[in-house]
Amino acid sequence: MANKRILLAHGSGGRLSHDLVKKSLARPLSNQILDKLDDAAVFSLSGRLAFTTDSYVVSPIFFPGGDIGKLAVCGTVNDLAMSGASPRYLSLSLIIEEGLPLDELERVVGSIQRAASEAGIKVVAGDTKVVNQGNADKLFINTAGIGLIPPGVDISGANAVPGDKVILSGGIGDHGMAIMSQREGLRFKIPIESDCAPLASLVADMLAVSKDIHCLRDPTRGGLATTLNELAAQSGVGINIDEERIPVHEAVRAACELLGLDPLYVANEGKLVAIVPPEYAGQILKAMKQNGYGRGAVLIGEVVAQHPGRVTMKTLLGTTRIVDMLTGELLPRIC
Amino acid sequence: MKFVDEFRNSQSGKKLIDRIVQRSKKPARLMEFCGGHTVAIFKYGIRQLLPPNIEMLSGPGCPVCVTATEDLDRVIALSRLPGITTATFGDLLKIPSSRSSLQEARAEGSDIRVVYSTLDALDIARKNPDRPVVFVGIGFETTAPTIAASILQAEAEGLKNYYVISLHKLTPPVTKVLLDSGEIRLDGIVCPGHVSTIIGSQAWDFIPQNYSIACAVSGFEPLDILYCVSLLVEQIESSQPKVEIAYPRAVRPEGNRQALKLMEQVFEVCPANWRGIGTLPGSGLRIRNEFAAFDAERAFDIRVEEPPKEPAGCLCGAILRGVATPLDCKLFGAACTPEQPVGPCMVSSEGTCAAYYHFGGGHG
Repeated sequence: MANKRILLAHGSGGRLSHDLVKKSLARPLSNQILDKLDDAAVFSLSGRLAFTTDSYVVSPIFFPGGDIGKLAVCGTVNDLAMSGASPRYLSLSLIIEEGLPLDELERVVGSIQRAASEAGIKVVAGDTKVVNQGNADKLFINTAGIGLIPPGVDISGANAVPGDKVILSGGIGDHGMAIMSQREGLRFKIPIESDCAPLASLVADMLAVSKDIHCLRDPTRGGLATTLNELAAQSGVGINIDEERIPVHEAVRAACELLGLDPLYVANEGKLVAIVPPEYAGQILKAMKQNGYGRGAVLIGEVVAQHPGRVTMKTLLGTTRIVDMLTGELLPRIC
Repeated sequence: MKFVDEFRNSQSGKKLIDRIVQRSKKPARLMEFCGGHTVAIFKYGIRQLLPPNIEMLSGPGCPVCVTATEDLDRVIALSRLPGITTATFGDLLKIPSSRSSLQEARAEGSDIRVVYSTLDALDIARKNPDRPVVFVGIGFETTAPTIAASILQAEAEGLKNYYVISLHKLTPPVTKVLLDSGEIRLDGIVCPGHVSTIIGSQAWDFIPQNYSIACAVSGFEPLDILYCVSLLVEQIESSQPKVEIAYPRAVRPEGNRQALKLMEQVFEVCPANWRGIGTLPGSGLRIRNEFAAFDAERAFDIRVEEPPKEPAGCLCGAILRGVATPLDCKLFGAACTPEQPVGPCMVSSEGTCAAYYHFGGGHG
């Protein structure tokens, strides 16, 4: 199989397409629903459902700590998890640029399989298209996911109330800096891997402490600062955070200093922000620390009635400043 | 992180603040020249720490902001010439000009690349020998030497497709003009850190000598700035203005001789057009005749059809001269935001309006 590349004919719907889907996609991702290879996946689900979709265009498609396949599963799984849902079914659409080495596609599919298996989600539907060289950049992926929300769970960005505590699941900026370190013209070596990870098990552990979690959000593009601003605006509350408590990996901090970036705005793919009632904050934090993906969890601030829609931060010098949303692009195509 | 954390330490910060509060009795108006200082002052809330008798003003030290609209118009016209690749620092991309921005030119098909250094621009030129690659040289004395070095490197390699458009500006002449104008009364100046790394602290000696204004060169970490303010307060209280260095890990009185030599070799002093201030003699740098082959101004026919249009109601000019603050501007935070900037000070990363908006909460 070495040196084999994706041809336009792989997307023609003919024999090559059929073989590609069967050997390189359906086989590694096999499950009872997918294996039928009918036009639509058929399954039953009852209860409150969460449904989401996202497209992934990250460049480069392989990066320290992951690849576009792992990202395409984790990103959608995390969007489901942030509504408290337990992820169930995933669709997978690939747009492949002609000429992509087949072994690269297979590596990506292998990552998809491992990430889906870890997150407990099944790939049950899919599609493959091949476009001419130059009309895509190697590989674009779209996934859509369905999850089941346990009874009694009501999580929304609009639910924060004054007095709530703000918890962050770990160090920020790893994904954005890992991608940036690989970019043409910037390439630098830092011992940083993307934090790309499925967070459904972490959320399940948190919900086991209390179903009364008010908000969950994963600070992806725009970073922690943008996510906190979104939550403050959606809930019509103010949020105060403490600069000293925000964990940033040493290497991320150093790279940000060099490039003039603020880690508060750098993307994450395996972190979450939780806004929880004060009475459960301690226990939730403890439960998070026992899960591998929440080991670095910390309380970073609280929700206040003052300055609705705004986020302020106590600086290292003890002064207070506004933390604004990201404006413009920090770095394109990080996810 | 070594060499950063030490300069953000809250205990040491407290000691400096105590020293400033105890010593400072006279009313003191201090101006930070440099946009990098403005951003740090806002990011760390330094104004909140100073006693009420100390007032801080922001100065003209954002190279992108002081670039005149008509010069920006020419850069954009240049980027639209067929077959040209424009390499620029990212800061310039969003700056609004009379009718467009580099960002819009890029969306309309111009080949505009954001680079982190002139070395990247040289690399683009090497890899694309058939395309002229123009680096937009906007900056103060800090960036001019690296751009001079890139021209020398291009010459050494025989690169025929590398050009620079030089819109460099010099900081001591504009400071002198501001002080001579009588528009602002100052007791002390936080002198620029990176600029002084190149030109040396002695470049500012004329200020205490001719104007009896206290001077200290500052670094960009919060403790650097607090230390600088404490030195200024001491000079003001003892009525002994001089130039001190509060950034000794980077700045020497004589500056960086090698960098100055490079600058001198490639550039010569010329008049420059400053936003809100006008054309000042001896305040810019142009490429010397010996290096004319690398000068984009001479190599290309840059035509701007329509006259420059200054944004109506924008106070950037007055803000750069220190006679207005963003809060005096009716557009600030309403018609002018980082997403829809009217003037450059709102969108440059070192712009005073941007610092007020992002860290001070100037939202409409």
